[in-house]
Amino acid sequence: MRRFAFIEPPDLAAATEALARGAGKAAILAGGLDLLGEMKDRIIEPAAVVNLKTVRGLDAIRFEPDGSLRIGALATLASVAAHPRLGREYPAVAQAAQSVGSVEIRNVGTVGGNLCQRPRCWYYRSPLHKCLKKGGDVCFTTVGQSRYHAILGGGPSYIVHPSDLAPALIACDARITVVGPDGTKDLPLEQFYVLPSVRLDHETILKPGEIVTEVSLPASASADGGTRSRFLKFREKDSFDFALVSVAVALRLQGNSCSAARVVLGGVAPTPWRSKEAESAIVDRSIGPRSAAKAAAAALADASPMSHNEYKIPLARTLITRALLETADQGTGLAPS
Amino acid sequence: MARLVKRRVNARPRRRAGILARQAGRRPGPVDPHRRVFLRLHVNGADHTIAVAPHRTLLEILREDLGLTGTKHGCELGECGTCTVLLDGIPVLSCLALGLECDDRPVVTVEGLADGPTPHPLQEAFTELGAAQCGYCTPGILCAAKALLEADPDPNRDAIREALSGNLCRCTGYIKIFEAVELAAKRRREPRAAPSRETLFGRRD
Ligand SMILES: Cc1cc2nc3c(=O)[nH]c(=O)nc-3n(C[C@H](O)[C@H](O)[C@H](O)COP(=O)(O)OP(=O)(O)OC[C@H]3O[C@@H](n4cnc5c(N)ncnc54)[C@H](O)[C@@H]3O)c2cc1C
Ligand code: FES
Ligand code: FES
Repeated sequence: MRRFAFIEPPDLAAATEALARGAGKAAILAGGLDLLGEMKDRIIEPAAVVNLKTVRGLDAIRFEPDGSLRIGALATLASVAAHPRLGREYPAVAQAAQSVGSVEIRNVGTVGGNLCQRPRCWYYRSPLHKCLKKGGDVCFTTVGQSRYHAILGGGPSYIVHPSDLAPALIACDARITVVGPDGTKDLPLEQFYVLPSVRLDHETILKPGEIVTEVSLPASASADGGTRSRFLKFREKDSFDFALVSVAVALRLQGNSCSAARVVLGGVAPTPWRSKEAESAIVDRSIGPRSAAKAAAAALADASPMSHNEYKIPLARTLITRALLETADQGTGLAPS
Repeated sequence: MARLVKRRVNARPRRRAGILARQAGRRPGPVDPHRRVFLRLHVNGADHTIAVAPHRTLLEILREDLGLTGTKHGCELGECGTCTVLLDGIPVLSCLALGLECDDRPVVTVEGLADGPTPHPLQEAFTELGAAQCGYCTPGILCAAKALLEADPDPNRDAIREALSGNLCRCTGYIKIFEAVELAAKRRREPRAAPSRETLFGRRD
């Protein structure tokens, strides 16, 4: 790892100021799991590292009197996964946090770091490949190996967004708060992410000096507020791994009839991928194997696989079908064995 | 010669809530990349004060500055778990922790598991059941297993599997490791407990 200056700001104002002074050459350190990996591989070589963990009060997980939830950017994935009320009210979020990495990763990794983590594409992570995202001319997946890459929303880069938490939070209608030199912004988490056709150098709207401070979830997306949610993830290595495909669903049900739905996929696109097609295919229907399969097919109707990742289409369809059926207590959709 | 900056250090290690809470030890100004600052490390109950630059990881400091080479250096990217140590009592990857973040916090490495000449019950069980072959994964696995047994004295197989899911072993196939953790847990209740028949003979009857 290259040497860097180490800054421990006492508060957010000092942190944004240190980042602004670094003029794009200063990096934010939360748990450091992703950042230090990138620095070791020399994908980024910041002149200064700003340790957010010295800013107090950013790691709280707090239910408000109205039943909504705020999760500080520095809350660890382990604390999200283990929070009893969070697990009851927003099961998809707890399940997603629990599915990230290993115990050691969850003990240190933070919510903000998970949402802002950089792609895991092997060309992006390779010091030998100057790919599009690093200012080069080619997305090597178009000529090389595309097993783990995008089937939706790709071009000109075909990375997939690696976060497990993001699809679950978006399904639960989360908003994100960003503090920066121009003040505070609060926006739907869905709009925080941008496709490579809009921006190549980053997967989010974050500008230098901006810091994610928290995410908030409305009471209406909680179990108490009448929403059921669920997160499913398929990974190649069962001990721990990034998602090949993940899906988060949040449903409002009247009996077995679905009155509102959010369906968000992970691992298939350069951003968490909300499927309005699947949502409108299931709303006002009763949930059963046929309607769930139809919604799943709708989600993948526009998929365009690359040379090595067509397998993701049936995988995503199956996961969506299962997630819808399981959330509505209609079984798993799997043939009995 | 790098300039050394003198800093106030607390006399006694304090147990903090988690990895995130260390406002108390915050350095007032930026640490220059080429400067080293004093770091107070509490490793396996002993205090060390050493001068380190910001880019050094806990793993490098343990192995290179303190000579504690029990903790192994593997992938360096979080994927193998062989560098696992206990920080504030919880398992973390020392390859992805900066030394300066561990100022004044207790660290336990594999060297700290034994009680004087007496090996830790996990170490006994690992030896007895052949749960270590080349042994490269063992220090990390022992630390992760110690944290598990402290949180859950009677873990079932699934809990053990989950607690050790971040630790790769390329030799044993894991079964002996799981059985050794089970035996060590059992011996906390029954010090003379023998390995199960399945462990010894490969079948239950
Ligand atoms: C072996 C391994 C396995 C993993 N498995 C998974 C997995 O299965 N699923 C998954 O989703 N992720 C996985 N991850 C990715 C990720 O590292 C973790 O999910 C973790 O949450 C990252 O958090 P962190 O606090 O360590 O982030 P850091 O490394 O500190 O930060 C990550 C990035 O976000 C920026 N950043 C951090 N906090 C903020 C903030 N508050 N505001 C603005 N920018 C910020 C940093 O500058 C950096 O660029 C894995 C990582 C490793 C090393
Ligand atoms: S060396 Fe730290 S996880 Fe492999
Ligand atoms: S004993 Fe060789 S890697 Fe585990």
